[in-house]
Amino acid sequence: MREGRPASFYWLAAFFCLFLLFLYGPMIAIFALSFQGPTGGMTFPMNGISLHWFGRLWSGGGIVDIKSAFWRSLQLGLTVMVITMVFSVLAGLAFRKRFIGQNLLFYVTIASLIVPSIVTSLGIALQFRLFDEVVKAYAPGFIADTYSTAMGIFTSGLGAHLTWALPFGLLIMFAIFNRFDGRLEEAARDQGATPWQTFFHVILPVILPSLIGVGLFGFTLSWDEIARSSQAIGEKNTLPLELQALTSTVTTPEIYALGTVTTGVSFLVIGLALAGILFLRARQARHGSDAGKGLS
Amino acid sequence: MPATKTAYAPPAWLQALPFAGVFALFFVVPLLFVVMVSFWDYNDYSIIPSFTTRSYVETFEGCYDQLPELCTILRTYLSTVKFCLIVWALTLVIGFTIAYFLAFHVRTVTMQMTLALVCTIPFWTSNVIRMISWVPLLGRNGLVNSALINVGLINEPIEWLLFSQFSVVLAFVHLFTFFMVIPIFNSMARIDKRLLEAAYDAGASGWQTLWNVVIPLAKPGIVIGSIFVVTIVMGDFITVGVMGGQQIASAGKIIETRLNALQFPPAAANAVILLAITLLIITALNRFVDIRKEL
Repeated sequence: MREGRPASFYWLAAFFCLFLLFLYGPMIAIFALSFQGPTGGMTFPMNGISLHWFGRLWSGGGIVDIKSAFWRSLQLGLTVMVITMVFSVLAGLAFRKRFIGQNLLFYVTIASLIVPSIVTSLGIALQFRLFDEVVKAYAPGFIADTYSTAMGIFTSGLGAHLTWALPFGLLIMFAIFNRFDGRLEEAARDQGATPWQTFFHVILPVILPSLIGVGLFGFTLSWDEIARSSQAIGEKNTLPLELQALTSTVTTPEIYALGTVTTGVSFLVIGLALAGILFLRARQARHGSDAGKGLS
Repeated sequence: MPATKTAYAPPAWLQALPFAGVFALFFVVPLLFVVMVSFWDYNDYSIIPSFTTRSYVETFEGCYDQLPELCTILRTYLSTVKFCLIVWALTLVIGFTIAYFLAFHVRTVTMQMTLALVCTIPFWTSNVIRMISWVPLLGRNGLVNSALINVGLINEPIEWLLFSQFSVVLAFVHLFTFFMVIPIFNSMARIDKRLLEAAYDAGASGWQTLWNVVIPLAKPGIVIGSIFVVTIVMGDFITVGVMGGQQIASAGKIIETRLNALQFPPAAANAVILLAITLLIITALNRFVDIRKEL
């Protein structure tokens, strides 16, 4: 039999609902406003409903090259996602054993999370600037003459994003392996599986749903990153940086349309990831155990 | 039993190498460059690699002479620390309440996870968009002002709702309460429910149980959440910039301003100062908890 709810439950539930309204309310407001009619302004009430501002956005009318910033951010986000997944799994496996510098690496990783982003970004910018200077001064003529900079989306920018995404990846891997049943591996080893076979046929299938979570963090953290990118991205901006620059110049609902598109991509990725996790969990539940199926 | 063949398992250090390489190349070395360049000289066009404490001296210029008036840098840090404390207190109270509701009042694990996920989803979307989404609500002609005018509470729109200290604090709380909710929820979810029953049986009131049982056991989560919130607010320049209408100074914004003027050594010196103060706060907080044990 279930006990009745105490009075505090209803107060806390009401508080929770208010919190959700606080979290989602403003976002819903700008989604609605991005569908303003052509004569609509930055605030309510809405003057009709149209896709006018999305059209303007996509034709590039008014706003600097948003389309290429969009693709750049997408490519970078996917790259960060893949690297975060691979490197975090490898590091997660390493941290289950012992290696020299283990504690140091752990503290460096945590430090990367809590050192203010602007400091990291400045450091990367300085590093690449000094590197450029050295190349221009000392490299043989045929390199130095045409060389401009090593900074760019997929060099300094990628590095900056990884210092933000990888710590989350490792922390999630810790959480995964803390709950991982080591007897599965022992069983595999006792059956004569090589370490590779154990990894691919036992460990990976078990951790795969959680690994999608790591990828989700990798992509979304990169897709929305500003602070670390600000100094380290090079000449071409990512989408959030363009958006940040637009906040002080654009005074039409176009910026809301851009916000809606960006958030739409985030929601799409979140949806795909959650669907993937649910699918894999269901699959594990179906194939995970052969208990009661007899010998076959 | 003799091993039939020695299977090759990669050593742990090799598995950790790519991960460690990224942090060596893009975190540790860059930080060393920041410290190094903060002691370099500069002119209008370039940085000059010769040792000087000029950037630090200039940063604190006049701080002693102007006493008891505060110089710019001290005023800025004071204002940043003030934001930090306000945001910390608000996110802690809100985050703790939300986590408490999830951990002790939601009955099934599935429902707990779903609601925690609902709290997490905004974290996966863009911060800038979440900031500008306050504009249609808080602006001069925004929803809040027009509602208040319609009700008759005010005659003129309230100016301080947007691009003010208020909106900066609001945005911080909006963006970063997540960092309190999840670690505190994580700590609370591990509290053995029998402890609460024991407290109840021993005659403790609800508040006594909260104060003497729940809060001590949730402390690791509280500390981890606090570290996140404090460091983010200390180093922030984007939220303060966008929500403060680029009018409010902060420790992070000093660095940004210097960088926009391409004055790298003073920017680096300010980064070192910011880093030192942040690490000081973390060390103080870290005395209360061992992060690694809490995952």
